[in-house]
Amino acid sequence: MDWADERRAVLRDALGIGVATGAYALSFGALGTAAGLSVTQTCATSVLMFTGASQYALVGILGAGGSPLAGAATAVLLGARNALYGLRLSQVLGVRGGWRLVAAQLVLDESSAMAVGRASPLGARLGFWATGLAVYLLWNLGTLLGALGAQALPDPRALGLDAAAPAAFLALMAPRLTGREPWLVASAAGLVAMASVPLVPAGVPVLLAALVAVVAGARPSRAARREERRGASAPGRREEARR
Amino acid sequence: MIWTAVLLASAGCYLLKLAGLSVPQRVLDHPGVRRTAALLPIALLAALVVVQTFAQGQRVVVDARVAGLAAGVVALLLRAPFLVVIAVAAGVAALVRALG
Repeated sequence: MDWADERRAVLRDALGIGVATGAYALSFGALGTAAGLSVTQTCATSVLMFTGASQYALVGILGAGGSPLAGAATAVLLGARNALYGLRLSQVLGVRGGWRLVAAQLVLDESSAMAVGRASPLGARLGFWATGLAVYLLWNLGTLLGALGAQALPDPRALGLDAAAPAAFLALMAPRLTGREPWLVASAAGLVAMASVPLVPAGVPVLLAALVAVVAGARPSRAARREERRGASAPGRREEARR
Repeated sequence: MIWTAVLLASAGCYLLKLAGLSVPQRVLDHPGVRRTAALLPIALLAALVVVQTFAQGQRVVVDARVAGLAAGVVALLLRAPFLVVIAVAAGVAALVRALG
């Protein structure tokens, strides 16, 4: 695929994800005001926190009468996965100084997935920035409209938007399942998440599943062990092949 | 108190995002870290698929989302483009919900 084609594909996908998450934000805005936050507080959450799961957790806990500190702690814990995304993204983005401060705010599920899912470095950078900005603008617009319009809006569930998110994650994961280890990691992570849903607060299952990758990554791969036995010293070759 | 919660949580979430981007390159050059970083999106995406399909708060439920995801899998197997996969999943979930 040449660059013009890839750029068009990246921008189209970014806009699509932006529109889908913007529609979701309508429900967040409505939920926020229903939970007792003012329109300003609800919008400030989207502008400043800008990470969906944490925001839903915060207003969910406040709305259910939980303490503001418990709400904040849960939201931050949920945001921990963004630090993990950042680990991966810093290699791809290569941002320094002020740009890193800007990029940090745009680190989230969607922008990370769109960046690490791209084959070319240029496509990955464009995927991150385009998706991050599209989602940021439309997420905040959706939040404002949802907070103002509250009750008058259609239920996003009636539009099937709650199935759109997992389908998007699946579509982003599928091309990465190239071989036995990725399949094993994906299966184990899915099982860990499923098993832990009833046991831990919402959002934590995803964090627990991340441990699967940590455990799998800590032990040397079969290819590396084979190379070691052969005494071949080709550091970096395996990483090249992975890309 | 709501402002306290919003501002504290926002600051915490931002610092976590920044921390991830700020880990020094030499840490990333460690083979274990590189492998973990490569496997991480797979584990997180798999978990997000499962959680967003089956979880409702802390309960595991089977609802229209499962039908939507199944339709998305079929679309993926037919090599449909990204947005078509999402649209098919949303459309089928909405249809199942409208009929149910």
